Amino acid sequence: MGTATNISQIDEGLRSELQKKGIFVSSLEDLYNWGRRSSIWPLQFGLACCAIEMIATACARYDIDRFGAGLFRPSPRQADLMIVAGTVTKKMAPQVVRLYNQMAEPKYCITMGACSISGGPFKDGYNVLKGIDRYIPVDVHLPGCPPRPEALLHGLMKLQQKIDSQEIEKTAWYQKGLKREFPVPEFGPNGLNPPYNPEVFTPEQHREITVG
Amino acid sequence: MEYTLKDTPALETQTLEVSLGPQHPSTHGVFRMNVTLDGETILKLKPVMGYLHRNHEKLAENMSWLGSMPYTDRLDYICSMTNNFAYALAVEKLAGLQVPERAQYIRVIMAELTRLVNHTLLIGFLLNDLGAFFTPVLYAFREREKILDLFEAVAGSRMMCNYFRFGGVKVDVTSDFIPRVRQIINKYPKFLDEFEKLLSENEILMARCQNVGVLPKELAINAGISGPMLRASGVPYDVRKVDGYSIYNRFKFRVPIGEKGDVYDRYYIRILEMRESINILDQAIKEIPDGEFITKEGGVGARSPRNFKPPKGEAYGRIEAPKGELGFYLVSDGTMKPYRYHVRAPSFINLTVLEDMCLGQKVADAIIILGSIDIVLGEVDR
Repeated sequence: MGTATNISQIDEGLRSELQKKGIFVSSLEDLYNWGRRSSIWPLQFGLACCAIEMIATACARYDIDRFGAGLFRPSPRQADLMIVAGTVTKKMAPQVVRLYNQMAEPKYCITMGACSISGGPFKDGYNVLKGIDRYIPVDVHLPGCPPRPEALLHGLMKLQQKIDSQEIEKTAWYQKGLKREFPVPEFGPNGLNPPYNPEVFTPEQHREITVG
Repeated sequence: MEYTLKDTPALETQTLEVSLGPQHPSTHGVFRMNVTLDGETILKLKPVMGYLHRNHEKLAENMSWLGSMPYTDRLDYICSMTNNFAYALAVEKLAGLQVPERAQYIRVIMAELTRLVNHTLLIGFLLNDLGAFFTPVLYAFREREKILDLFEAVAGSRMMCNYFRFGGVKVDVTSDFIPRVRQIINKYPKFLDEFEKLLSENEILMARCQNVGVLPKELAINAGISGPMLRASGVPYDVRKVDGYSIYNRFKFRVPIGEKGDVYDRYYIRILEMRESINILDQAIKEIPDGEFITKEGGVGARSPRNFKPPKGEAYGRIEAPKGELGFYLVSDGTMKPYRYHVRAPSFINLTVLEDMCLGQKVADAIIILGSIDIVLGEVDR
C-alpha cells in the first residue's frame, strides 16, 4: 500500500485511539484514491481467446465485482481501464489506439496475454503486432496464454496498488493543460506506419558481441 | 376528415450506412458489418473480416507437425479439444497411425464434453444479444467451469488443452476422471431442464426468434453450411453419422433436425444436441476399456516431433465440431514440416449466408442472427 506523506505524520497510536471512538482519520489523497481504485470500469472489449477468460473472470466463480471492476462499459467514454485481451493484429491496432484515445482521463491499460505483450505464439506472423505497448502506455503486463482468471485478478490488484500510490498534486492527468493523444498508426500495404510511437516505446538495442 | 397515410406527401428518406464493429458489444469478437439501413430495415450487409488474421496456416507450414497442435487450440478457442481431434485425425490418416481403444474413448468423451461447453456458452451469449444482459451467461459459465475443471485435471490447462497426440492422447486420464464425468452426466440434464424452463417457452424469446433469419434448406446446402445451422434448416447431416470417424458408429444417438431454420430452431437444436451428447457420454464411460492411451510409435513421435515425418501424400480429416464440419487438409512432402496446411473452418463458411438471412430484417435482429450462427473469430479469420 502506498501511503501519502501526510497520513504517515499522524501518530499511529492516536489514530487507533480515535478509531475506537468512531473517528476515522485519513488524508484526502487516500480517500480519493480509495474511491478511484474501488470503481474501475473496464472497457467491454475482447480481441481473441483471452476475452473468454476475461468474461470468465466477470462471472460467478471469480467475480471481478469483488474488486469493484465488474461494470464493463461498451463505450470508451465511460471506461477507466482498457484490458487488451488477445492478439492485436496490424489491422486492429489503429482501432485499439483510437479507443484508448477516446477514453477519458485518468485511464489505465492492462495487456492480457502473451499476444498483446509481444505477439506471443503468433509473433512470427506477418499480420501480428508485436506488443500493443508500441503505441500506448501499458500499466500492467499480464503474461499467460491465456492467463488464468486468478492472474487477471492479480493484475487488477497490481493496478489498484499503482492507483493508490498516485498523488493528486504530482499526477500528470490532474495537471492543467494535459493533452494525451497517441497518434493512430495507419494500416497500409507495408504494415503499420509508423512502426512504433517513439514517445512510449524504445526498440531494443542489439548489443554488439565481440569475439576474442 | 379522416387522416390517412396516403394524404401525406411522400417523405424524403435517405438510406443510412452503419458500421457495426469491430469494437461492438455484441459482434462476438472483432467482426465488422457494414450495414445499409432504410429506417431500421436492412437493405445491404457486408461483412468485413481479417481483424484477427493470425497467420495460422502460414505459421504451421514453418513448424513441425506436432508443433502446430497448440496452435489448433487457438483456432476456435472455446472448443480446443475438438480442434485437436480434427488435426490429429488428419495426420493419423496421412501417416497411417492406429489409435488404441482407450484413447478413442477418451477422445470421444473429451469431444462431447467440449460440445456441451460450446452449446451452453452459445445459448448464454445469444440470450445476451437478445437483451437478457449477462444473467444467462452467468448460468452458462457456471456449468462451463465444472467441465473446465475436468480438462484442467487431465490436460493441465483450462482452455488451451493441447491434449491430443498422433496415435493417442498426451497422458492417461486421472483415476477420478470417470466418476467426475458421471457426476456431470447426472447433473447436466437438470441444468438443461432449468435452462429450458426459463427460455424455451419464454414469450419474449419466442417473439424475437421465431421466423427471424430463416435459412432455407436449398440455400443451406448450396452454401456449404454445416453443423447445427444446417440441421436446423432440416437437413439430417452429421459427420459423426455420415463418416463414423473414430468410434462414433458404436454409439446410439439421434440427430435432431429443425423445421423452419429460424433463430429459434437454431437455439433449440443446440439444447437437443446437448441431450444427445450426454447420451453419448453415458455410453462411452460405461464401455471405456483399460489399456494404453497412446501407441508405441505414437509415443516416440510425441517425444521427438522433429523426427516425425509422414510419407508423401495428402489427407483430409474431418469431424463434427460443435460449430460444424471442421476439416484439416494436409499435404506432406515427406519432411518434418507440412507442405500445405489448410483449415476448413465451419464458422467462416457458415458466416457466408449472413447477408441472405439478414436482408429485410430489422437491425436488432441482425445481432441475434449473427449470434445464432455461432462464430468464433479465431476460426473465421484464422
